Amino acid sequence: MSATAKPLNRRQIAWRAAQDIVDGSYVNLGIGLPTLVADFIPADREIVFHSENGILGLGKAPAPGEADPDLINAGKGAASLLPGGSFFHHTDAFLMIRGGHVDLSLMGAFEVSAEGDLANWTTNDPHFAPGVGGAMDLAAGAREVRILLEHTTKEGEPRLRRRCSYPLTAPRCVKRIYTNLAVLDVTAQGLSVHEMIEGMTLGDLQALTEPPLTLANGCRPLQAPAL
Amino acid sequence: MIDKRVASLAAAVTDVKDGAIILCAGFGAVGMADELLEALLEQGAKDLIAVANNAGSGDRGLAALIAAGRVRKVICSYPRTDKPYAFEAAYKAGRIELELVPQGTLSERMRCAAAGLGGFYSPVGVGTQLAEGKEVREIDGRTYVLEKPLKGDIAFCKAQKSDRWGNLVYRKAARNFNPTMAMAADLTVVQVKEFVELGALDPEMIVTPGIFVDRVVQVAGAK
Repeated sequence: MSATAKPLNRRQIAWRAAQDIVDGSYVNLGIGLPTLVADFIPADREIVFHSENGILGLGKAPAPGEADPDLINAGKGAASLLPGGSFFHHTDAFLMIRGGHVDLSLMGAFEVSAEGDLANWTTNDPHFAPGVGGAMDLAAGAREVRILLEHTTKEGEPRLRRRCSYPLTAPRCVKRIYTNLAVLDVTAQGLSVHEMIEGMTLGDLQALTEPPLTLANGCRPLQAPAL
Repeated sequence: MIDKRVASLAAAVTDVKDGAIILCAGFGAVGMADELLEALLEQGAKDLIAVANNAGSGDRGLAALIAAGRVRKVICSYPRTDKPYAFEAAYKAGRIELELVPQGTLSERMRCAAAGLGGFYSPVGVGTQLAEGKEVREIDGRTYVLEKPLKGDIAFCKAQKSDRWGNLVYRKAARNFNPTMAMAADLTVVQVKEFVELGALDPEMIVTPGIFVDRVVQVAGAK
C-alpha cells in the first residue's frame, strides 16, 4: 500500500454503503457501524428503516431533551418516528424479517468467508458472554445481506477468510462487503473487488485478505467525502 | 419517494397470470375486494386457484369470477355463504375443485407463509378425514398434524384508509382475513375507501404496515 492510500473512517464506510440503497427500500440496520448509515442516505431517496423491536419508519436520533424513553432503536438508543411510520409487536417485526419482507439487512461482522458465510455473534471467548439477538433471523431471512466491517482486526489479521474461524451466524448469506479499504462482492468465483481506495493495488489488498481476490470488470476507486 | 397509489382498478391487476393463486380476503361478502376481483374478470386471467373463507356471494367479485369459469379450484373453509349460487352451480357441474381447510388452519397456514416458516403442528383435524395423509406427531402427550404454509401469488384486500406508503386501517368486522392475506402473497393489491396524507394514520393504530402492501387503489363508492 502506497503512502498516499488513505483508508476510510467509520463514517465514510457508512456513507459508501448508504449510496447503494435504492429508493423505496425497507432496510434493517444492525447495531454499531451500520447504524451510522441512516445519516448518509441521499436526499432524493425515501427509505423505510425497520427496527426489530417493532418499528417501521425509524427517523434520526432526536435532539437532546426530546428523547422519548419508550422510543428506542435496536441498539437501545433514543430514536424517532417519521410520518408514515408504525409500531407493531415483536413477533410481527420478526415475521417481516424471516418472511422476506425486509429488502436489505446491513450488519457488522467479526468475519466473512469467501462463500459469503457470516460470523458475527460469538468469538467463543470464555470471558465474554455471547449474544445472538436478531442476527440469525436477519442473516437467514432478509432478501439481501450486506456487511460493513474493518478490513482487518486491530492486530492486522484478515477478517475476510477462506472459512470463518468463528461460529457461523448463517452460511452463504452475504452478497456485498464494505470495508475501510474496498467494496467486495461475493460471487460464485469468490470475492470480487468492486472498488478499492486510491493508491492501493490488488496485491496490497490481497496481502490483507485470506481468500484469493479477483478484480471486477470496471473496478473503480473507492471514494467518500470528508466526514 | 414511495407512492403505492395507482390510478385505476385495471392498473392494479394488470399482471395477474393464468394459474395464479389468488388470496381473496373477506368473510362472507364483508371485507371482500369486489371491485378489484371484477377488474380481474376484465383482465382475463384464468385457471385461477382462489383462497377465500367462502366461495363467493351473489353476483359480485369472486362469485363473478367463478360464474365466468375463471376459477379452477377454491381452497376455503366453508364454500357456501349468503347466495352461493355461482359456486354451487360450478360444483354440481364438476367445473370446480374444492379443498376444504378448517378456518383457523387456513388463516394460520397463510400466516406461516408470511412469516417464512415451514409449517406448524396443529391439533385441529386430528383423526378426521381432513387430516388424512398428513404427518402426525405427538408432542408433550397431545397429537398434532403438520400443516404446511400457504402462499399466494397475489392478494386482493379491502381496507378503509391508506396513505401513500400503503399503511392500512380497516373498518369493524371487515378486517377479518385482510391483514393475514395482505402479508402472505408475493404481490398485495388493496382497494381502499379513502386516501389520507402520510402521517395522518396514528402509528399505534396502523393494522397493516405498508411493508406488506404493493398497490393501493381508491374505490370510494364501495359498500
